[in-house]
Amino acid sequence: MNTLFATLIFLILVNNILLLAAFRLPSLIRLIAFQGICLAALLFCEQHLLLACAVLLIKGLLLPGLLLRTIKRLPINTDLRPRLHQGLGIVAGMTGLIFALWLETRLAIQPGLFPPLLLPAGLTTLFCGLILVVGRSTALAQVMGYLVAENGIFVLGIPLMSANTVWFELALLLDIFVAVFVMGIAINHIVETFESIDVDGFRSLRD
Amino acid sequence: MLDALLILPLLAAIIMLLVGNAAFCRALLLLTAIGHTALSLAACIRVARGEAPEGMMGLMTPDALGALFLMLASLLFLAASIYATGYLREEEKVEERTCIQTHRPFTNAPERRFTACLCFFLAAMTLVTTTRHLGALWVGIEVTTLSSAPLIYFHRHRPSLEATWKYLIICSIGIALALLGIILLSVAFYNPTGPEMDSMDQLDWYIQHTGLASAPWLKAAFIFLLVGYGTKMGLAPLHNWLPDAHSQAPSLVSALLSGALLNCALLGILRGHQIMRAAGLGDFSGGLLVFFGLISLLTAAIFIVGQGHYKRMLAYSSVEHMGILAIGLGIGGLAAQGAMLHAVCHSLTKCMLFLLAGNILTRYHTFSSYDVRGLRWTMPVTGALWAVGFLAVAGSPPFGIFVSEFLVLKGLFAAGQTWLAAIYLTALAIIFVGMSMAVLRMVQGSRPYDMPANPREPLWSILPPLVLAATVLCLGIYVPDWLWNFLQTGAALVGG
Repeated sequence: MNTLFATLIFLILVNNILLLAAFRLPSLIRLIAFQGICLAALLFCEQHLLLACAVLLIKGLLLPGLLLRTIKRLPINTDLRPRLHQGLGIVAGMTGLIFALWLETRLAIQPGLFPPLLLPAGLTTLFCGLILVVGRSTALAQVMGYLVAENGIFVLGIPLMSANTVWFELALLLDIFVAVFVMGIAINHIVETFESIDVDGFRSLRD
Repeated sequence: MLDALLILPLLAAIIMLLVGNAAFCRALLLLTAIGHTALSLAACIRVARGEAPEGMMGLMTPDALGALFLMLASLLFLAASIYATGYLREEEKVEERTCIQTHRPFTNAPERRFTACLCFFLAAMTLVTTTRHLGALWVGIEVTTLSSAPLIYFHRHRPSLEATWKYLIICSIGIALALLGIILLSVAFYNPTGPEMDSMDQLDWYIQHTGLASAPWLKAAFIFLLVGYGTKMGLAPLHNWLPDAHSQAPSLVSALLSGALLNCALLGILRGHQIMRAAGLGDFSGGLLVFFGLISLLTAAIFIVGQGHYKRMLAYSSVEHMGILAIGLGIGGLAAQGAMLHAVCHSLTKCMLFLLAGNILTRYHTFSSYDVRGLRWTMPVTGALWAVGFLAVAGSPPFGIFVSEFLVLKGLFAAGQTWLAAIYLTALAIIFVGMSMAVLRMVQGSRPYDMPANPREPLWSILPPLVLAATVLCLGIYVPDWLWNFLQTGAALVGG
């Protein structure tokens, strides 16, 4: 079980860098679906069966499905259009990873709380999510960045889950689902009104 | 009893979505608001008497702090609902709409969806204010974002869509960081051999077991809670979404966002502050609150001066008042008691001002305070109340905000923060001058020649602001003992 756990953490870390390297929206969605499946497997290792199923359903299946459906309706090309050079995002992600690894050695954590590498994996996922939100100018990529950031926080929460908190985790999952659903509706409206999903066109409100 | 508080708006929202008849939805909205206010009042009275009401299997256990914000949210919702019934009826009659900024035609969102989202919004705020479970609080605050985003996009045009998107993304990510704060809090209290958390009253458990917590993790947790909920509360420099959302939303929604929602986010931060104080780290969390409060105050002072968009001006005024609240609560003592009164007065005043801004917008079709002239001739009641509201919100006597700002000032001096008090006063003075220029320009002057001389104003549009103005005036002259005791009980939870 432990080797599986470590492999999964490693996969999540690699997945993060790939997320930043993705050029097109469909590949980004596939990577996010993969991340969701990894999360479900992590929960499975920790013997949270109910939650693992819920995560697999929502993060591995429903949310990527929802995003794919949104993309199919887009009349425009699905390039990601990074604000700065794509390589810069990857470098930022790597820096985040190194920072997280350094942080793990510096923090005084109760022994036995976090399995090895879980904290850096969670933090790096969070960083990568934030980089996606800030660094891509398409509205859809921002939603995905939000999802990835939330996944990172979710990873950090895994060791603290207990039978008492299952209802909270389920409520959280439902919340995320509704959030992405609402954002999806907003994106449909953005496409209809602005004829693009580029949020760089948002410049009418400022002081 | 408490269960009904949460179930009533949820049920109403579902019925609205199913039935869909516009007139029916409006009537149901009003009934829900009245019922909710009555139930909140009952809950508040029980809390004030020292009872500990419980609902939803222990999920809802309001204390004085939560009950106060619950009552505020409920009252404001009632005011907004009365306004909404008239407003939506008028909107229904309009056949062609053009966006004020882009001059393009637009449509409105379906009315039943609007009223249903209002009810979901109320339910979420109810959960936030009554629960003492930090996870449930988080879920509630996230739901407030999701249910209020469609409200901001009621008028479907470009600027409102832009504002909605900013609101959704910035607040969602902010709140995700608050979730990290909650996780760090659990890490701080992690002890595999220690006592189990057995009740839903997480806050109480945390406060009782602060001996187990590790200070660095607690500090980190509070920082994330502050940044996360602070984004939602509109503390500078995390306030970017606020002026956009408040200016683009229909005025009754802005009134709710500013008067009720910001308080809910503040409550999230205060829950963290309570735990920090119990752990002996009150100085750290209080210091951070004061720091962010000060930046908000200064940011608002900079942006209010010369602000030509009157709804944005009100939005920046909200940033200012959230700053004052943060300063007062961070200092503690008398300042915290003042901040409690300030929360009440600010909510009532700001709700009134936004509703009036809606009246002005309907008549003048412009956001620019330079183009609105002669309010006192064209809309006598709205014009008079607009001037009164300005005096109230800028903190001049005899209105409630004067008393509360003065209490905060006294608290600052009592805590020996002379420099802070000086900056506080300077910022307030700048804001007073900045707002007065715009408001007086709007009220005075001659009537624009193309504006029909029709001073008749519908009752729904002036009654809620009128009642709110009277309440704020009363609070300035006399704060009843029962209210003051209640506020003190609330302030005592956060060091007042």
